[in-house]
Amino acid sequence: MIKNNARRLFLLIFFLGPAVIVYTIFSVYPLLATMSLSTFTADQSGVRHFVGLDNYILLVIDKDWRDPFWNAFLNNIWFFIIHMLVQNPIGIAIAGLLSLPRLKFRATYRTLIFTPTMLSVVIIGFSWNLILSPLWGISEGFLKFLGLGSLFQPWLGLESSALITIGLISVWQFVGIPLMLIYAALLNVPSELVDAARIDGLSHLRIFFSVKLPLIAPTIGLVSILTFVGNFNAFDLVYSIKGALAGPNFSTDLLGTFFYRTFFGNQLQLGSPTMGATIATAMFLIILIGVCVYLYGIQRRLERHSF
Amino acid sequence: MGKLRLLKIALAATTLAATMAAAHAGNLKIESWRNDDADIWNSKIIPAFNKSHPDIKVEFAPTAPKEYNAALNARLAGGTAGDLITCRPFDASLELFNKGNLAPLNDLKGMANFSDVAKSAWTTDDGKTTFCLPMASVIHGFMYNKDALKKVGASEPKTMEEFYALLEKLKKDGTYVPLVLGTADQWESATMGFQNIGPNYWKGEEGRNALIKGTQKLTDAPYVATFKELAKWGPYLGSGYQAQTYPDSQNLFSLGKAAIYAAGSWDISTFRAQGNVPLGAFKAPPPAGQSDCYISDHTDIGIGLNAASKNAADARVFLDWMATSEFAEIFANSLPGFFPLSNAKITVKDDVAATFLSWRGECKSTIRNSYQILSRGTPNLENELWNVSAQVINAKMSPEDATKQLQAGLAKWYKPQQ
Repeated sequence: MIKNNARRLFLLIFFLGPAVIVYTIFSVYPLLATMSLSTFTADQSGVRHFVGLDNYILLVIDKDWRDPFWNAFLNNIWFFIIHMLVQNPIGIAIAGLLSLPRLKFRATYRTLIFTPTMLSVVIIGFSWNLILSPLWGISEGFLKFLGLGSLFQPWLGLESSALITIGLISVWQFVGIPLMLIYAALLNVPSELVDAARIDGLSHLRIFFSVKLPLIAPTIGLVSILTFVGNFNAFDLVYSIKGALAGPNFSTDLLGTFFYRTFFGNQLQLGSPTMGATIATAMFLIILIGVCVYLYGIQRRLERHSF
Repeated sequence: MGKLRLLKIALAATTLAATMAAAHAGNLKIESWRNDDADIWNSKIIPAFNKSHPDIKVEFAPTAPKEYNAALNARLAGGTAGDLITCRPFDASLELFNKGNLAPLNDLKGMANFSDVAKSAWTTDDGKTTFCLPMASVIHGFMYNKDALKKVGASEPKTMEEFYALLEKLKKDGTYVPLVLGTADQWESATMGFQNIGPNYWKGEEGRNALIKGTQKLTDAPYVATFKELAKWGPYLGSGYQAQTYPDSQNLFSLGKAAIYAAGSWDISTFRAQGNVPLGAFKAPPPAGQSDCYISDHTDIGIGLNAASKNAADARVFLDWMATSEFAEIFANSLPGFFPLSNAKITVKDDVAATFLSWRGECKSTIRNSYQILSRGTPNLENELWNVSAQVINAKMSPEDATKQLQAGLAKWYKPQQ
């Protein structure tokens, strides 16, 4: 009996141990360290003092922290909405098309659409900067060719359109991910169901909306939450296109760039690791709340259909 | 798996040992963000130093400009930073000194070759301790394409009024984009716009010091007037200037498509390397009727001694050499557009760089007014300046509102302005 228990304990440690250790070192510890750092402040000589929740109070109350924080937060929500309204429907639509029977060059389309996801964000930022550039970009010429030249604007430079433009670039980059996940889910829809629907006389479109879509709802939920987490951690694209000051007039500032500027500083602004940690923790909480709402509010109601 | 891990550990250990070995013994390592200059350091400056000091080996080890501050801080904290540290001006370096990372250099003999203004960027607020040796400054002004001015039959503008008349002529002619400045990167608007023409309005050091003392406010006439000038620039800029980045601006000018370039002297080497445009330069024109002129002659690069350096004696020898006219001469001529700060008389061979340098004799020098002390708090004055300058040029904000926002931000944390 004792021997048996010892053996079970050994097996438990043997199988769980490595994962627990790796996860603790690379995820749990940095998270806790960040949270603890956010309760300190540094004086001129770099010595840190414990201040409790003062940093958070500053972030929420003080005008010079509150305004940029909410501005970044609202921009982030807008950024997320763009992805939900554009990226995911397009991803679902393309996945639906790709899963049609008798489609030629299926693999080619799939690869082409997924390619931007694998490109470095620096290349994406640079290419789109050039494509949209009012000086050398091809977009103005292209619009003129279509007879729509008057519609051209320096989109990336205007307060009204910069964030949407960057959002759409990000959609272009990442549309491959919902596409792949949903495509895989669509392939798992049993062909008997589709065949039965076709015998009942349903069109492709009808089969897609009434049979396939309800069956892949859990995957769409998963894609949404991945999009949410990805968007609220987004930073690199804005940084590579607009820099750390996320102009014009902070109209493209996301929580990620706000965090970066605070933590690492900018030009004459000295970085503040403690205030940066505060923002990082706030971002973590926002994402945590979002994921919880999803898990308890939506995921639980979704049922996996068993066939 | 076990073998692979062992191999990795062995590999890591060797690399570590190798880096540690490189860190001491007769060698000096220079930390810098000027990776563009690596070639000049390796082929000109270090060999020149080794002629007189063959026993000291110097290695120039630059990091990319964007990562420099963060990487340097990490290396200083980890004890792996080089012996000599290229100093950013003002607070970034002052912070390093306050943390004890930079050694005080008051007793360095070569320090006597520098004026107080030159040293101001690397001196404590009380003026007692200097912690970096001033190395170079950059001067603002306007560069122009000689062909463009010939085309419209105009000469260099002497006043702001002539400046606009020239822009108007160039616009009517239509061959060239009259003025190059993009607002996408924001700093261009603040640095090449506001800090370039502004000193003529706030009278250089006089206005800069008045802001620090609190006797002038950013809502005062000189600052509103500067922004009013910037507000007039929009119509003369390239189409879609709101999305024009700094490299776009450089290309627009170096491809010969534009007439006047709101410049920093550091651009000279970029344009020389491209070599297509016959270059000329004129200083920021003062408003009509003003006889004095002021230029932004901004202290930009210094070099300091890592307080933890194991080779401090050799490092000091190198610093002393950097204070000599020999270094100044080599530096100024290998990097036209970066001007040595020492009092040594030097000859600059590049004619445009020489033009920039000649303004030091004609006008009074000042540095950018947001750099000393005033950008320490939240909101950060320099960040605010980038933002509002870009907005004023984009015609999204009035000059009055811009100065109001700046003043409100500064007054929030800076006692003398309250």
